[in-house]
Amino acid sequence: MLELSDIDAGYGGFQALFGISMSVQPGEVVAVIGSNGAGKTTLLRVISGLLPASSGAMSMEGVSLRQTPPHRIIETGIAHVPEGRRLFPRLSVESNLKIGAFIPAARKKFEERLAFVYELFPRLKERRAQLAGTLSGGEQQMCAIARALMSGPKLVLLDEPSMGLAPVIVAQVFDLVRRIRREGYTVLIVEQNVRQVLKIADRAYLLEVGRIKASEPAAELVASDEIRKAYMGI
Amino acid sequence: MRVSRTALIGLPILIALPLIVHLLFGGSEKYYLHLLIQILIWSFIYTGWSLMGRFGLTSLGHGAFTGIGAYATVLLWNYAGLTPWLGVPVAMVIAVVVALLVGYPCFHMRITGHYFALLTLALTEFIRLCIVGLRDYTGGSLGTQPRRYGDGVSLYAMQFEPDRVLSYYIVLTLWLVGLYIWWRVDRSMDRFALDAASQDEEAAASVGINVTREKLKVTAISAAMCALGGAIYGQYQMYIGPDTIAGLSVSLNIVFACIAGGLWVMLGPTVGAVFTQVLSEVLRVSMQSSVTLQALFGSAVLALDTLIYGLLLILFIIYMPKGILGALLEKREKTSSAPTPPSRAVLR
Ligand SMILES: Nc1ncnc2c1ncn2[C@@H]1O[C@H](COP(=O)(O)OP(=O)(O)O)[C@@H](O)[C@H]1O
Ligand SMILES: [Mg+2]
Repeated sequence: MLELSDIDAGYGGFQALFGISMSVQPGEVVAVIGSNGAGKTTLLRVISGLLPASSGAMSMEGVSLRQTPPHRIIETGIAHVPEGRRLFPRLSVESNLKIGAFIPAARKKFEERLAFVYELFPRLKERRAQLAGTLSGGEQQMCAIARALMSGPKLVLLDEPSMGLAPVIVAQVFDLVRRIRREGYTVLIVEQNVRQVLKIADRAYLLEVGRIKASEPAAELVASDEIRKAYMGI
Repeated sequence: MRVSRTALIGLPILIALPLIVHLLFGGSEKYYLHLLIQILIWSFIYTGWSLMGRFGLTSLGHGAFTGIGAYATVLLWNYAGLTPWLGVPVAMVIAVVVALLVGYPCFHMRITGHYFALLTLALTEFIRLCIVGLRDYTGGSLGTQPRRYGDGVSLYAMQFEPDRVLSYYIVLTLWLVGLYIWWRVDRSMDRFALDAASQDEEAAASVGINVTREKLKVTAISAAMCALGGAIYGQYQMYIGPDTIAGLSVSLNIVFACIAGGLWVMLGPTVGAVFTQVLSEVLRVSMQSSVTLQALFGSAVLALDTLIYGLLLILFIIYMPKGILGALLEKREKTSSAPTPPSRAVLR
């Protein structure tokens, strides 16, 4: 579905990603794990077009995505739930969802999809008129995921959905991820919460200072001593 | 509902206003009509600016667009004999091109806030310098006049100033067109997109909003409106000067009036125009005719009205950030028990 090969990217003179190659198959949940500053957010921003790659190739279902602006990439079926949720705080929940359906193809299906995400996340329906900025952390994450689903994606990019949330809520958020997977979405999730994310992922890539160090089925990563020591504190 | 009821009562009054003024102020009706015309032209210009201003695009460059509108129209008429019916559209196109040339790099490089204000301020100053520099054509800092075509009103030359009542209806139409544009933009998906982008540009881009394009669209509309307003102002005043219809003072007045009136409501800029025009007029007349003040300050009294005007604006910005109309509507919303649809209430 999604293919990256030999992607380099950075900010100005600073290179943050070095020759990243990876792929995501339809129906999978793929995790990218790595410590703070490893380049996880940068990787997702490259995929959704927010940051242009400086070299390398990228494609979605065979369509090349090099030098493609974000509003075109989203049309290929990739939706990005950014780090820190990034809702529009002074708009209502429902307005946030409406903006999620901004691209022309999604506008036509707005009503239908709104009903769908409200069914998926009934809590949001209760809070539809509330300002997004006043939601609790977990609800905000829910709203951010719902907003991404409004564009009708095939692949959902999740950037550290558990960031800054209390442990109980973290479990709920991972539950949300399971739920959207069950709905048939393919998921590429980036996390520092390695223990939790490896429970829901099929495969995982290990990113270290901008380079992919390992790529294995999640179960094997869980079993690996190195990973346990470095990322799970066991 | 609220808007349409206001319109139902307000519009007939506005249409009958010349008659009302005639009945009430028989002798000085020309003066009052002049005041009304000024208010309506500036309301139109302010409304045009607020299309951008409400999304945090605080442009200090709109004095350039009103200037381009007025000067291009007049110069094309005076030196090329081009009727304003063509000259005004040409002027608007020039303003839009300039707006896009400045806007594109700004928006593409995500220049916002103070930097955007400063950059657009530079544009205003640049246009003013051009006007002053081309003094052989523009009359420099003294300004210039559209060449008269016949004595009275002329359709061909778009000269309507001798007939105040006609002028009033022309600018009333202009103002209504401005409100219609505001309303269309307000109802559009672009409004949503720009609202979102003003809150979080990256998030807006991530949901597929082409932020640069959305900003350019609204900038083009805004610049075109201000150019049109500037052109009509020139045609009505039959005089254009680099300080009356171009330049920084115009830019600043636009921003002040919009903030004073209220940025996020349709009639906010209009209320701002009424407030600033009436206030400066009242201050000017009362200060300059007061014997006591003249004895006290001598000729400095001439500057006193501007001083008080500035002071009042500062107070307004501090204590009424939503503007006069914004604050009034908010108060009414709080006291009235009628439930308003939440998404609308929230957005205002
Ligand atoms: N906007 C930016 N400008 C410059 N450097 C950045 C920017 N964003 C991130 N970086 C740098 O890129 C590297 C990777 O960051 P990031 O992708 O945010 O890591 P992660 O999400 O894995 O914590 C870090 O060294 C970080 O300092
Ligand atoms: Mg990150």
